[in-house]
Amino acid sequence: MSEVMIEARNLTKRYGPQRALDSASFEVRKGEVLGFLGPNGAGKSTTMKILTCFIAPTEGTARINGHDIWEDPIGVRASIGYLPESTPLYTEMMVLEYLEFMAQMRGLKGDPARKAIKKVVEATMLGDVIGKEIRTLSKGFRQRVGIAQALVHEPPVLILDEPMSGLDPNQAIGIRDLIREIGKERTVILSTHNLAEVQVTCQRVLIIARGRIVADDTPEALSRQGGRRYVVHVDPASVEAKASLRGSKTALTSVFSGIAGIDTVREASPAADGARVFDLVASASADLRAAIFRAAVEAGLVLVELRSKGENLEQVFRELTTTAAPAAGSTGSDDENDDDEDDDEDEETK
Amino acid sequence: MQNTLTIAGRQFRSYFNGPVAYIVICIVLLLVGVFFWSPFFLMGRTTVREMFRLLSMTLAFAAPAITMGLIAEERRSGTLELLITMPLRESEVIVGKFLGAAGLLGVLLLCSIPYPMSVSTLGNLDWGPVLSGYVGLYLQGSAMIAIGLAASSFTENQLVAFFSSFFLCAIFVALGWLLPLLPPALVNVVQFISFDSHFESLGRGVIDTRDLFYFLSIAGFSLLLAFRALESRRWS
Repeated sequence: MSEVMIEARNLTKRYGPQRALDSASFEVRKGEVLGFLGPNGAGKSTTMKILTCFIAPTEGTARINGHDIWEDPIGVRASIGYLPESTPLYTEMMVLEYLEFMAQMRGLKGDPARKAIKKVVEATMLGDVIGKEIRTLSKGFRQRVGIAQALVHEPPVLILDEPMSGLDPNQAIGIRDLIREIGKERTVILSTHNLAEVQVTCQRVLIIARGRIVADDTPEALSRQGGRRYVVHVDPASVEAKASLRGSKTALTSVFSGIAGIDTVREASPAADGARVFDLVASASADLRAAIFRAAVEAGLVLVELRSKGENLEQVFRELTTTAAPAAGSTGSDDENDDDEDDDEDEETK
Repeated sequence: MQNTLTIAGRQFRSYFNGPVAYIVICIVLLLVGVFFWSPFFLMGRTTVREMFRLLSMTLAFAAPAITMGLIAEERRSGTLELLITMPLRESEVIVGKFLGAAGLLGVLLLCSIPYPMSVSTLGNLDWGPVLSGYVGLYLQGSAMIAIGLAASSFTENQLVAFFSSFFLCAIFVALGWLLPLLPPALVNVVQFISFDSHFESLGRGVIDTRDLFYFLSIAGFSLLLAFRALESRRWS
């Protein structure tokens, strides 16, 4: 095991009676990319602000790169690169000027500073806008300037609050590769509410809900908890052809719910080609596609499509973040929706 | 130290990248120019005492205008978080910001030098009191900037910062005018508190350590307050 770079012990932050963070403990090692996942207001940013010594925890402590946040905040800050939420920048400055300023604040001057800036500008693909004022840049560019600033001094620990927001898919892929590359030899914490992003970028996921850490595992292990999901498209003509299935919705769903291992069956809205679509959820991680196919054939249904959505992090996320009991003393800022019904895709995952 | 100067330098340059520096300098020079020169020829004396009095008054709004955004704007836009999480002390941020604004104050005062120079072409101007007057003005301006910086670090609203520090600076200046109206027991105290009395002696060419101490302690106290305000975010 490589050395522990971030060690948080019982971090608690209270704002009046409300607990923004409730006794959070975790470790991050060198060469790890850790994703913070959670609904808005769950405590992701609070944790990051504590780790960067911007705010102090009400209780608990943390060590970063061997520096204690209470005893040596300057040492902590020297060890990190930080991208705060919503990417604040000195918008009146030019990109190059800004990066020079940030490098200088990090103690880089002259030739090493120039080299470091050249390197991050290449890594974050900022070459074309280097001479432009930041206020004229699009959100994607600003985001990358923010990331470049966090990287310029090659910190052993990177803390990125929503690094992918505002990036188009191509840019996101570029930044994701960059983060993974950095994560190989350094330590990265990033927060997001994009589940797909966590799965491809992070080796470990911490799910935070209402200030508590409700899960700490690899994305694979977490998605296995949610079982498997299958999407089945049925040719409507084959349904019409069977008198026993034609009128009755329950008869149709029972074709699939009868399969051993399938827990719930729900009919979704029809596909564009008119096919009837069913969502099947299985708690077991075994592949049931063959069984589904056989069941359909036995019932005389024609399948036009059968897909397995092996990873089901979304489901796990939903369960963990909506069923967790409210933190004690919380005045309840429950603006996230509490419906446990497994209806259409969560807005947050888009 | 290095960090302090980096912050001061950025602040100073950002004044001139935007309109703030130019607007403040223009307004101050215009106001002082109009009110200084129009009665100047009627008085028929080659002195710039009146100019210093006017500058001291205009600084009561110029200093808050310079300082209102120092911390408030960083707080509002979130860059404060960036700045604070750099490997530097809060005190370095405060002192750096102060020095940046004090730099602009210096430029502002330099821009008024053509006035005494013009006066000196009209007659025999005694440069001693002019020099000490500038020293006094710079000290008073620095105290005002420190007050403005403190106001700016308590809020994220620039207007709140401007008006609260303008109010304070104006009181410090105007207290001197109230002296004749006050009961004798209070006169000494109020005279000591007001900017005017300290600035007056410097304007006459007397550099008294009590006056220096007065302005420096106001500046020091305000900077400490600003530092505390910045630090308090950790515990909120």
